Amino acid sequence: MSARGSSEQATHQRPSAWYAAPAVLFFGLFAVVPMLLVVYLSFTDWDGFGFPQPSGAGNWSRLAQDGEARDALVLTLVFMVLSWLVQTPIALMIGVWAAGKQLNRAVLSSLFFLPLLLSTAAIALLWRSVLDVNFGVTQSLPFLDRFNFLGNTEIVVYTVVFVITWQYVPFHTLLYQAAARGIPASLYEAATIDGAGRYKQFFQITLPLLRYTIITSTVLMLVGSFTTFDTVLILTGGGPGTATRIAPLYMYITGFSGFEFGYASALSVLLLALGAGLSLVVTRASGFRTMQSQQEGV
Amino acid sequence: MTVAQTATLPETPAGAAAGPVRPRRGRRSSGGRRERPNGLAGILAAIWLVIVAVPLYFLVAASFRTRQDYLSTSPLKPPTDPTLENYRTVLSGGFPTYLLNNVIVTVATVLIVLAVTVPAAYAVARNAGPLVQRMFSIMLVGLAIPAQATIIPVYLLITQLRLYDTLLAIILPTAAFALPVAMLVMTNSLRDVPKELYEAQTLDGAGPAAVLRNLVLPLAKPAITTVSVFTALNAWNGFLFPLVLTQSRDTRVLTLGLVDFQGQFGVNVPGLLAAVTLSVVPIFVLYLVGRRYLLGGLTAGFGK
Repeated sequence: MSARGSSEQATHQRPSAWYAAPAVLFFGLFAVVPMLLVVYLSFTDWDGFGFPQPSGAGNWSRLAQDGEARDALVLTLVFMVLSWLVQTPIALMIGVWAAGKQLNRAVLSSLFFLPLLLSTAAIALLWRSVLDVNFGVTQSLPFLDRFNFLGNTEIVVYTVVFVITWQYVPFHTLLYQAAARGIPASLYEAATIDGAGRYKQFFQITLPLLRYTIITSTVLMLVGSFTTFDTVLILTGGGPGTATRIAPLYMYITGFSGFEFGYASALSVLLLALGAGLSLVVTRASGFRTMQSQQEGV
Repeated sequence: MTVAQTATLPETPAGAAAGPVRPRRGRRSSGGRRERPNGLAGILAAIWLVIVAVPLYFLVAASFRTRQDYLSTSPLKPPTDPTLENYRTVLSGGFPTYLLNNVIVTVATVLIVLAVTVPAAYAVARNAGPLVQRMFSIMLVGLAIPAQATIIPVYLLITQLRLYDTLLAIILPTAAFALPVAMLVMTNSLRDVPKELYEAQTLDGAGPAAVLRNLVLPLAKPAITTVSVFTALNAWNGFLFPLVLTQSRDTRVLTLGLVDFQGQFGVNVPGLLAAVTLSVVPIFVLYLVGRRYLLGGLTAGFGK
């Protein structure tokens, strides 16, 4: 951030604002305009064909009384909390472990990153086959063969959390690995001389120094699982019944399967507002924005 | 310190020009610690290895099975009679078209993002005017916009532009939603270029366009790599925009193709898994060739 131009003398020719115009126009048309448009659409009725018809606040009063929407939001919240609780310790431990420079760790961590190479569609389809109640891998394993992972409404939420974990832990591992490698070895050497054991070192050096990475990773996990959509759509379609119909999926189904685009827009606005609020709260509460300068001191 | 930061924010311009991606900055300094084996961590790593490796093994092994073999033997045993039949079926289906569409979408998206991001980042880094800075702030707000929440108006926009069911319908929104991260990475990298370098260029009589060509482009190479990889992966794996904005076989991309294979093949799981395996091959090759670039691109902008 050092070369930020504000304090410099304008002694030479600078690029004009026109250099930014294509990016701004492009972003404006396909990101900002849709954001404004979705607010307008939430006050209309639109079946996806022809033009949206203004309908006043009808969609919003319907939303206020929609028990299914409330269920979907509660499910989303459960889903976010569970995903965070499961992913964080795994990613943290594997990331710190993979930061070691031993050959076996290097080889294993390159295997750990393999799920990163698969698209969401590929991962969801793979797990559908793995967990298939008739011919899946789990059916040929002891203990696991007694569960219907995708068909049992009691289990399916945990199944989805597990698949999401499988998909995203490598990414967060990568963040933790890079951060753990940035911790100066001298700190560990000093601690060893002071007689601190491995676990004491982990809790008193590694964990505190990784706090900003934990925050980054947490923000990404919460925002990510708040907006997760495609994995669940392909894996369960929101089912069985409505057991995994999280809020973004409810929005999608209402719009593109039910052709109630006006009402789906109201749901979208709610998601936008909650998403933006979530980002704001997490970043404010955690001092996320000041992190950069903090890191420079390490 | 993270991959993205180290990859795109080299400490010195020399580093920026010479060493494209050096994410393992801490490796040397942290060498020498953790030499003793760590029992608990080892056990956890072994468990995670099983969780990661078994499905992937199943994926590849099953893609070489005959349907009969798949239905009758344990999925964890090696294929009894390995066959390429599934791959033949997939390749004679729509797969080559889907692959080509995916390549077109990915390349076009990356080109658009780079074409608009490099000059814009140069403007943000070198033009302190409030207009440019305001635009940049607005764009960064985009980091928090979930694409799902704007899919309905994007659908309306695309149909009104008469682009529905074209590859351009996928390319344009995908590129737009890649812009915030791309701008963040690119701008940070250009802000780290010492102002003396810009001033020297100007003293030599170079206008902004010449500076962009002679100074910005070469120095931004690591950031361009990171942004390209990040954008390409997003475009390659994109699902929502193709799902909503295209319909016909001719415009189908790989991710949608896979889901379609699932419906089409029904009980032919080995065929589906062959398609899934094939879809991973291009990225896997990239992983083998340029692992650092790939992992750096994956975490682009999230290192903050």
